[in-house]
Amino acid sequence: MTKGVNLLRQWIFGNFLRRLRKSPKQGALDLVNRTVHSTDFPGEYEGYDDAWDQQKFEKDFRIDMIKMSHDELEFDMVGIDAAIANAFRRILLAEVPTMAIEKVFIYNNTSIIQDEVLAHRLGLIPIKADPRLFEFRSEDDTEGTAEDTIEFQLKVKCTKNTHAKDTTDPDDLYKDHKVTTKHLKWIPVGSQGEIFKDGDLRPVHDDILIAKLRPGQEIDLRVHCVKGFGKDHAKFSPVATASYRLLPEITLLKPIKGELAKKLKKCFSPGVIEVDGKGSNKTARVANARKDTCSREVLRHDDLKDLVKLSRIRNHFIFSVESTGILPPDILVEEAIKVLMSKCRTFMNELSQAT
Amino acid sequence: MTDKTEPKPKLEVVETPGEDDETCKTFVFHNEDHTLGNSLRYIVMKNPEVQFCGYSIPHPSENKINFRIQTHGTSATDVLMKGLQDLNKASETVLQKFQKSVLDYKQGNYSSDVKMDDS
Repeated sequence: MTKGVNLLRQWIFGNFLRRLRKSPKQGALDLVNRTVHSTDFPGEYEGYDDAWDQQKFEKDFRIDMIKMSHDELEFDMVGIDAAIANAFRRILLAEVPTMAIEKVFIYNNTSIIQDEVLAHRLGLIPIKADPRLFEFRSEDDTEGTAEDTIEFQLKVKCTKNTHAKDTTDPDDLYKDHKVTTKHLKWIPVGSQGEIFKDGDLRPVHDDILIAKLRPGQEIDLRVHCVKGFGKDHAKFSPVATASYRLLPEITLLKPIKGELAKKLKKCFSPGVIEVDGKGSNKTARVANARKDTCSREVLRHDDLKDLVKLSRIRNHFIFSVESTGILPPDILVEEAIKVLMSKCRTFMNELSQAT
Repeated sequence: MTDKTEPKPKLEVVETPGEDDETCKTFVFHNEDHTLGNSLRYIVMKNPEVQFCGYSIPHPSENKINFRIQTHGTSATDVLMKGLQDLNKASETVLQKFQKSVLDYKQGNYSSDVKMDDS
């Protein structure tokens, strides 16, 4: 008796869930998709095979490049779960290694900027050096070798410009009063002079202001750059930003015509809604949902709020990666994917050794 | 930098008093966080053999995660192995498709139905 009731209950509930559930492509369904977590696991919905299927994933998954430049990248990652897409984003921020200044040996600093502040400022300078060519340096190593250390020297002394007349501009009055990254001189460690050419290892930008001096003041120091992770210190992060957003989806539930169509268009960013036709035949259509800023303006209008549905496509990620200039952004994403793969392989090895 | 010098194993299994149950295990992943934790949890939960899978970071200043797997009967270790393999394979697919996409873009023969005119 109870078993029959339970079966009936299961059947009703299963059908209820099945009706709620829609494929992510069809758009978000309020009850199921209001959370960010996926629920498409085996056993969750009766009649659905939700087991992981590599073939199906390979078939459905795609990447669309949108724009790429030397330091910026935008691409779409479609057909993947947020858990994995988010892993790539997190790895980009914190687990793709780069080289950064870690040790500063100050021989003389008579500038007004304190030693520790100066050292911190130096640390944040992006260093153009391919981290894949270097090893990690062990923590107790103070010397460094050609494989794990890049050395720079910063030796600047400010002097008076004796030729300056009738001016109050510090640029004319003094020489070397602005210490910038172009003053950082590369010192080859060990055999680095044979492997790297002059200009291979340098700060990404040569116009970053490090300190300001006045005549008589000087800075004399050496720095060691080592390989590190963004999770240890943000200065090692290879990206300025790495983020994704979901592709917005706007559904017009009923045809919207005439003046209402014009009003609808004004509720969204330019280009999202277009109005076709003339006079009272004007009809609104969704032209490019990608340009939508996900503003909820349309829901403030009583005559429009029941005619549109705002949602997002849950498996369509619009990635935006901005490199600091150390590595091109497409290489960074590749490295991030490889980091996740190497994590998996490390634990696969550990697991097979343990058993 | 830190995990290079540590000789400690990266993976441990929490010992439970009493009888050995192959179907329920808690693994400890050292030096890992939500990055591997959540993606691996997702892919392990995709396995029909799995009854429960979840992870936690016991303390924010301890660099480890506890990863729990309960199955309907198969060995939890095998399930974890399959999860790692699936995630590795999925990442490989992502890498391949990404590299192809970059190549196509650079060669200029890129065609996309995405509308994104800069206006």
